Amino acid sequence: MQMYDLPDAQGHFGPYGGAFVAETLVTALDQLKREYEVARHDPEFQAEYRHELKHYVGRPSPIYHAKRWSEALGGAQIYLKREDLNHTGAHKINNTIGQALLARRMGKKRVIAETGAGQHGVASATVAARYGMECVVYMGSEDIKRQSPNVFRMKLLGAKVVAVESGSKTLKDALNEAMRDWVTNVESTFYILGTAAGPHPYPMLVRDFQRVIGDECLTQMPEMIGRQPDAVIACVGGGSNAIGIFYPYIPIDGVRLIGVEAGGRGIASGRHAAPLSAGRPGVLHGFRSYLMQDGNGQIIETHSISAGLDYPGVGPEHAWLKDSGRAEYVSIDDDEALKAFHNLCRFEGIIPALESSHALAHAARIAPAMDKDKVLLVNLSGRGDKDIDTVARLSGIEL
Amino acid sequence: MSRITATFAALSAAGRKALIPFITAGDPAPERTVPLMHALVAGGADILELGVPFSDPMADGPTIQRASERALKHGVGLKDVLAMTAGFRKTDTATPVVLMGYANPIEAMGWDAFCSAAAQAGVDGVLTVDYPPEESAEFAAKCAAAGLDNIYLLAPTTPDPRISAITRLARGFVYYVSLKGVTGAATLDLAEVAARVGMIRASAGLPVGVGFGIRDAETARRVAEVADAVVIGSRIVEEIENSTPDALLANVKHFVAGVRAALDK
Repeated sequence: MQMYDLPDAQGHFGPYGGAFVAETLVTALDQLKREYEVARHDPEFQAEYRHELKHYVGRPSPIYHAKRWSEALGGAQIYLKREDLNHTGAHKINNTIGQALLARRMGKKRVIAETGAGQHGVASATVAARYGMECVVYMGSEDIKRQSPNVFRMKLLGAKVVAVESGSKTLKDALNEAMRDWVTNVESTFYILGTAAGPHPYPMLVRDFQRVIGDECLTQMPEMIGRQPDAVIACVGGGSNAIGIFYPYIPIDGVRLIGVEAGGRGIASGRHAAPLSAGRPGVLHGFRSYLMQDGNGQIIETHSISAGLDYPGVGPEHAWLKDSGRAEYVSIDDDEALKAFHNLCRFEGIIPALESSHALAHAARIAPAMDKDKVLLVNLSGRGDKDIDTVARLSGIEL
Repeated sequence: MSRITATFAALSAAGRKALIPFITAGDPAPERTVPLMHALVAGGADILELGVPFSDPMADGPTIQRASERALKHGVGLKDVLAMTAGFRKTDTATPVVLMGYANPIEAMGWDAFCSAAAQAGVDGVLTVDYPPEESAEFAAKCAAAGLDNIYLLAPTTPDPRISAITRLARGFVYYVSLKGVTGAATLDLAEVAARVGMIRASAGLPVGVGFGIRDAETARRVAEVADAVVIGSRIVEEIENSTPDALLANVKHFVAGVRAALDK
């Protein structure tokens, strides 16, 4: 498919995206849009961003051939883009550095963030410490329970973690609360949004800061195997790691793009977090996209083993890529993800995040039926140290 | 002339200001909503704002969030809110009703279905918090065609050129959010409100209502010195929250009557 010039000036990807916000936020978003427009064409800003990625994050992240696991599966070769090796242990920091540099440019001394699994919260707390900013992270009280190591990490980094008790007490409610804070403190505060969702310009901005993942793959894969992979696979919650690795591959013919949503206890059970697989378009959190909702348009509670995928919406560019047919979206349930988690530990000595384990599980599902010279590139978006309590509990082990 | 415009014209002729209380439909229970609406009118309300419950009320503070959650526990959706409005209309054909809520319940019903059902139920105006003019031109046109007034919010942060762009689309009245923040937040800068409201009225040629942060009769009276209408939400929802079922209607009516008296002083 030919590369597209989206979003449009109002943030639309076809019928999706946009800026569906209360009037109170319109001016702040306009200001951010203007500032980003200048920054993205400012060589000094870009140079500093790249410098930070190299020296602070440790980029480029390597690509690793998971030979033993591929051998055991008996089909296509699986390669892993090692975002888990980034500073703070996930892809999230690519974006928080970009947004913190924007915040500094705009003279904002206070940053806020929402977090589900805690990875984006940690990445935000990290850059706030790095640039000397005050940081407040909103996190659902349910998520605080299941991700306690990350909560402690944020506190060590000097951030204030606010437990959100409203609604389902998960990521979507943390996002509501962060928006409320932003509306109230809009002049002093920069909202570091963690995923490729929310009102324009966030989906574009987050994509632009995450595309470094795919850009690196474009040069690394030919160096390793002499060509591009047959498919690129990434997990999709809000969709930032997926859009980051997909975006540079969109114009490259012959490379399948596969997004993997959280199937929870199975799509048929209704207990999942897979809006692209089983949702309908609607408006939430400032943008139009596929949503998990009931017949009255109320957002329904999602379920996933992984807090980072436990979100009822999905970034608007993914909705557009689904409708256009350029990317395909599938789902992996809790049990399959957990199995892939254990297999990567045992076969490769890598503990993956439960989020990324969904992408790994889909690779494991399709690899066996493929020829051995086919190549699947999986975005290993984060490491799984934060998940060991959850996995131990599910396995009936007390730590 | 719409029911909202007629109401403002009559008030203006009488030298009075409009009192617009807000309640969430279905709070504390669906069968209490129509009696509460009548109690608000009996207490002296001129226009009613009826909140449509939503699972993710991003622009609301904790008080109205709780009201939404109470209503959702009873499964109250947009269709029920329209049925309540129709129930109210059986005995009150004069008091305008404005629905206030979020985009997604309307999207789920569909714009055409919503506009015709709302008009038929006797709804007069629609205020959709997360439909700024940029995203709602087509919806606004459908509302206008169905005879529904589109009410828009203006904020302290809205720049002047944008104010005139919004007021060109607005019908009925415009709603000035008197402070930065969510509904029910604490303080209010009256001098700032006065300056902005004068400017907005001049630009809009429509009455200006002021809301967010008005918690007592005295503040309402001072806001009414500069505005055409005063909107009170969280404070009334608190009254509902803190009332026993038996005292509910009397308490709400009493509170509204107190504000009414202050406005008419």
